[in-house]
Amino acid sequence: MKNIVLIIMVSFLGFSVNAQDVKKNKNAKYDIEVNGNCEQCQKRIQKAAFSVSGVKSANWNIETHQLSLILNEEKVTLLDVKKALAKAGHDTDEVKATAEVYENLHSCCKYDRK
Amino acid sequence: MKKTALLLMLLFTAITYSQEKQENLEEVKIVKTKKGLQKSLTKTTNTQVVTSKELLKAACCNLAESFETNPSIDVNFSDALTGTKQIKMLGLTSPYLMITEENIPSVRGASQAYGLSFTPGTWVESIQITKGAGSVVNGYESISGQINTELIKPLGDIPFFLNAYGSTDSRFELNTHFNRKISEDWATSLFVHGNTRVSKNDMNDDGFLDNPLGKQINIINRWQYACAETGWVSFLNVRFMKDEKQTGELNFDPNRDKLITNYWGSEINTERLDFSSKVGYVFKDMPYQSIGFQNAFSSHNQQSYFGLNQYDIKQQSYYSNLIFNSIISNTMHKFATGLNFTYDNYSEFVNLSDVSRIDNSVGTFFEYTFDNNDKFSLIAGGRFDYHNRLGAFFTPRLHVKYNPWEKSVLRFSAGRGKRAANIFAENQNLFGSSRTFSVLDTNGKIYGLNPEIAWNYGMSFTQNFKLFGKSADVSIDFYRTDFQNQAVVDVMQSPQEVLFYNLKGNSHANSLQLDFNLEIIKHLNLRTAYKYYDISTDYLSGSFQRPLQAKHRFFANLEFETHIKDKGQQWKFDYTVNWLGKQQLPNTASNPSQDRLPEFSPEFAVMNMQITRTFSSTFEMYIGGENIGNYRQDKAILGSDNPFGPNFDTSIVYAPVFGQMYYAGLRFKIK
Repeated sequence: MKNIVLIIMVSFLGFSVNAQDVKKNKNAKYDIEVNGNCEQCQKRIQKAAFSVSGVKSANWNIETHQLSLILNEEKVTLLDVKKALAKAGHDTDEVKATAEVYENLHSCCKYDRK
Repeated sequence: MKKTALLLMLLFTAITYSQEKQENLEEVKIVKTKKGLQKSLTKTTNTQVVTSKELLKAACCNLAESFETNPSIDVNFSDALTGTKQIKMLGLTSPYLMITEENIPSVRGASQAYGLSFTPGTWVESIQITKGAGSVVNGYESISGQINTELIKPLGDIPFFLNAYGSTDSRFELNTHFNRKISEDWATSLFVHGNTRVSKNDMNDDGFLDNPLGKQINIINRWQYACAETGWVSFLNVRFMKDEKQTGELNFDPNRDKLITNYWGSEINTERLDFSSKVGYVFKDMPYQSIGFQNAFSSHNQQSYFGLNQYDIKQQSYYSNLIFNSIISNTMHKFATGLNFTYDNYSEFVNLSDVSRIDNSVGTFFEYTFDNNDKFSLIAGGRFDYHNRLGAFFTPRLHVKYNPWEKSVLRFSAGRGKRAANIFAENQNLFGSSRTFSVLDTNGKIYGLNPEIAWNYGMSFTQNFKLFGKSADVSIDFYRTDFQNQAVVDVMQSPQEVLFYNLKGNSHANSLQLDFNLEIIKHLNLRTAYKYYDISTDYLSGSFQRPLQAKHRFFANLEFETHIKDKGQQWKFDYTVNWLGKQQLPNTASNPSQDRLPEFSPEFAVMNMQITRTFSSTFEMYIGGENIGNYRQDKAILGSDNPFGPNFDTSIVYAPVFGQMYYAGLRFKIK
């Protein structure tokens, strides 16, 4: 009996800790794919990510197209960042840039849209 | 108990999960042919990186000799006795540079004259040379630049390395490195260096040795711990060095003639013990936040005499630095802050008169770095220190970088430096003369003198471009150092005296450097530089250019390598020429004509060359020559026929004393 209570308590505790973690992680790490091509894109993508308050670190890899983020989830969600990226002209899985913004990108930055 | 175990397990799974993620992030390697000298377009400071590849281009027996192929640093001879090479940056000698080893101040105080020759070249992994004010993190002393040396790290080292070297001036060197990886996270290296010069050389027939007889044994044991999972890193170093030099007249026998006037001779014996540790921690899930703690203890003991002049100095020092790095809102805004503590106990005897002292200082610093990840970045730093002799003072430093257009960079820096001049240790080459030493001021706290204070400002511009399809770059650097106070070393008054006094009037150093580098064809690289120095000081007898400093210098280096074959076979050729314009010489006008030098030295050029043959990736041999044009200073020692007479002087050296020198060596590795 005692054991069962303990297990329930621990799992509950674990769950609640976990839940809080997800909700309020000040240093949440994410890797997302962001479409882009070149060094100019890199600057634009990182700039767009940093423009969102709560983004602590943003590094976009030219080769792999992965954007590594560290976010303060008390202030910002991943979706906010994706919206900002789209606004700057870069597509992610969830949010796409408008055709108009995309067309305004520098010629070397016109990545293949998926 | 069970509960904790369960919690621990949960925690552990969470940790392993985050680790997996971390590992995904890393492991992006870009393979590129490594350049010997690396200049960055993105760094905020004007920093050049000298890689180990560059160090293989010349004999580079020790750190002092590692700059022969580098235009930013001028290598001069300090005297006609010790064969010591002295380095200058922006026209100022090494006391005005901050020289650190793995960011711990290394060549300072008692080790100022010979310290650079106490780090063997094979130990060095890379050297970072920063022109201008530099960072506030390591201290307030740097004025014209910073030189940081990184030694080979145990975790990245190879199991065994052997280097043997011999030269026609009868110097022999042996370097052996051993390395063991104890586990994934722990490794240790043992480096053993020995060098000796066994026979007497007198190429210029003045009755004096051109290079000292000597031997040095130098041992370091390093331990490195780095654990990516926990974020902890640590270094532990223990080092022992013993160096003995004997120089002077050929017939001088120290057992018989020491401190009497049979023959003139000198012995310089140094023993040094170093112990340093570093502990660092990178916060979990916050790769941009870390804390580091460095501690270093050293004991440096030099016992020496130069003819009848005796000079003994023992310095025991302790240095400690606590540094915290983090960000303000995001990684575009970084900062470093922390505390320093230094303690120096000098027991110093100049001809038996006791000038011992204890210095200590405590300080705090804050350095802010802004980088917009695009064209603009800046580093603004300040530190506040309290020093028992320098007082309480503030040290500001600023560096700004801007990329105006593609492949170009514009930099600006400004900063203040303050230091206590160790006038005897820094000018001990003057003991090899019959000059009398006089300190004219008595009110200051450092040998009667006030602290040296200087401001340094500089600008630099670099543009990379293609010339006929080959990569090329040009740079222009201009720096100015303005002394508010200086411990003036005056050899312009009289050839029988050296005077030390606080600056009255103006003292400044302007330096202009133009660089042009070109890859002429594949594997053939040209490096050229022109340097202009205007280093002027108001002495008692008037305003002069700093003695033994050429106003104009020209440098060129040509390197050629063949394509590396399958098994690593390769030929490498390297050629360097340094041309020096006329130099102001110390005043010798009142000496009799045979012991008189002109007001200015003649201009001359020195050429070095090296050929390296790599037989495989584990074995190579090299031969080379220094000063192959065989240029020698006419009269290296004044009054050499009467060394205890009034005109004797070994300190006026503007050119090589020893003629051409050839050397050969081999390097063997077990990977």
